[in-house]
Amino acid sequence: MRQVTGWGAGRAVVVFGTLLALPFIFSQDWVVDIAFFGLMYAVLAVAWNLIGGYAGYIWLGFITFFGLGAYALTISFQHVVLTSVWSPFLVIIPIGLGLAALSIPVALLLLRVRGATFAVVSLAVLFLAEICASNWTTITNGAEGMGMPTPPIAASLFSRPFYLAMLCLLAVVLLFSWYVLRSRLGLMLFAIRADEERARGLGVPTTTIKVVAFAASCGFAAMAGGIWAYYVGFIFPIFAFSANTMFATVMMVYLGGRGTLWGPLVGALLVAPAQEYLAYTLGNSQLYLIAYAAVFLLVIRFLPRGIVPTVHDSWVRRRARGAVGGSERLVST
Amino acid sequence: MHLALYGVILGLLIGGVYALMASGLALVWGVMRMINLAQAAFVILGAYLDYTAYTMLHVDPFVAIVPIAVLMFALGVGIYYLFFRPLKAERQTLSTLVSYALLLAGVGVLGAVYSTNVRFISPAYGLQSWTVIGFQLPVVEVYGFVISAALVGGLFWFLSSSRLGRAIRAATQNPTAATLLGVKTEWVGAVGFGIGTATGAAAGGLYGMIYSFNPNSSLDLVGILLSIVVVGGFGSLGGAIAAAVGLGVTSSLVFVYAPVWSGLGFYGILVAVLLFRPQGLWGVPQWRVE
Repeated sequence: MRQVTGWGAGRAVVVFGTLLALPFIFSQDWVVDIAFFGLMYAVLAVAWNLIGGYAGYIWLGFITFFGLGAYALTISFQHVVLTSVWSPFLVIIPIGLGLAALSIPVALLLLRVRGATFAVVSLAVLFLAEICASNWTTITNGAEGMGMPTPPIAASLFSRPFYLAMLCLLAVVLLFSWYVLRSRLGLMLFAIRADEERARGLGVPTTTIKVVAFAASCGFAAMAGGIWAYYVGFIFPIFAFSANTMFATVMMVYLGGRGTLWGPLVGALLVAPAQEYLAYTLGNSQLYLIAYAAVFLLVIRFLPRGIVPTVHDSWVRRRARGAVGGSERLVST
Repeated sequence: MHLALYGVILGLLIGGVYALMASGLALVWGVMRMINLAQAAFVILGAYLDYTAYTMLHVDPFVAIVPIAVLMFALGVGIYYLFFRPLKAERQTLSTLVSYALLLAGVGVLGAVYSTNVRFISPAYGLQSWTVIGFQLPVVEVYGFVISAALVGGLFWFLSSSRLGRAIRAATQNPTAATLLGVKTEWVGAVGFGIGTATGAAAGGLYGMIYSFNPNSSLDLVGILLSIVVVGGFGSLGGAIAAAVGLGVTSSLVFVYAPVWSGLGFYGILVAVLLFRPQGLWGVPQWRVE
């Protein structure tokens, strides 16, 4: 089990201090806008890592709950005039909890299968949700999309409250992820990933544990979806339940290092701002799909464990070598 | 009643084309224990190649399917060696994710090359139909069904009678034993993947004559193909074919009564199968497969 170390706490303070200071140092709205999407993907990646990284279940319907959160918030704010920026952010909390609860029966259905079968069946959930949102026009207004009321903020500072809200959510999900890692829950999830039958034989309540990780990841995705919907102001089924967002999330987790605390965050903060920046400068073409796929294929081929474990290992190795070299020097002098 | 019967007939015809797509998936599952999500992109690529052959080279779209299938076989073998063979640890889940990457890359490449405009392969006889005892049967769909049935039958014959087909089945049932008996499992995997790609592309040519398509149609097809292989049971070629026809008929019937929801027919059956028989209707339970 992990304990709080000076190193770990220091790392968290530095990362979150930098992220908190960013919108006040670079106040141009487009910078904060790009950074917002970086944070959003970081939340999604850290949340996906709970089930996909720790438990090893490739949950490809994850973005369904992002879309459900987006629609839940937008539907609850139809015909409302906003007097304050902050009230929808409070509504996101019960939405996250409610959708986490709703994900439990979904989990119980999907977890009847495993491995690659689980991955593809769960992907079907995402397509199913997209079809429902596009066709259930009385509730979602179908493919024409639906809008959130505009909050009363100056246009030049528009992105800032959303950025700060997403940063809060990132802090919460990362804290949760850290708590899971250092608790029995994390050990049991790792046991499931290594050998589910043996874990069950040793007394791990596998179904319960998987459902807990699954529901937590869905709840966080729903909250991120709510903030996203409020920020973009108008949502469509194809963007709320997007197979591209789904793949981007998975790719970022693999790039940073799945099953680690910081890996998903590193992967997301590297890729998402780069993608948003390129979309700004090159215009939105489908070329980024090819780039996503290429990054993923290169990571699988050349960096199969992801950035964080690889860098960490080489650092440990160099320190070990340094220690040996130091003792040699001691001998020689 | 007449309308329902008509729905069933049209569903049977399109179900044959789905069966051709899904048989490639079942074959790839057999040799690689992997669900090839990129199959949907191969289908749409086949449709685009067929479209190009017809509009630019003026080849009959049914005839063009033959060279396209050969070309796509080569592409499939190349993709197997380039992307799937190097995978080592966690091969099953990783290869599924790699196929997801290939699916999105395929959508991106097709969008860049052909734009996202909706296309349709419409030969001169495209709108003709035969009237058989009061039912109007579109010529293209009947031909599509006949060709699909012939190709699926050919695949069955190949797997049961030819030397290479028997090697594929041996590698499917027990890779280790097959290797010990001198089957080159890597080559068998590549050939299996190539054949799967070729059948997908051939089905794509037929699909493009029946439905209009654009690069994003790949994503709609993914859901349909997944439902078919899950309902049929993994690794069961017969199961996939039966499920394809069954689901084709179901969605066609739903289309007759509630057009917008026809895409949901597939998923409804998928959920029911997961609830009551997670290994699929004709499948072997997973713990016995792995």
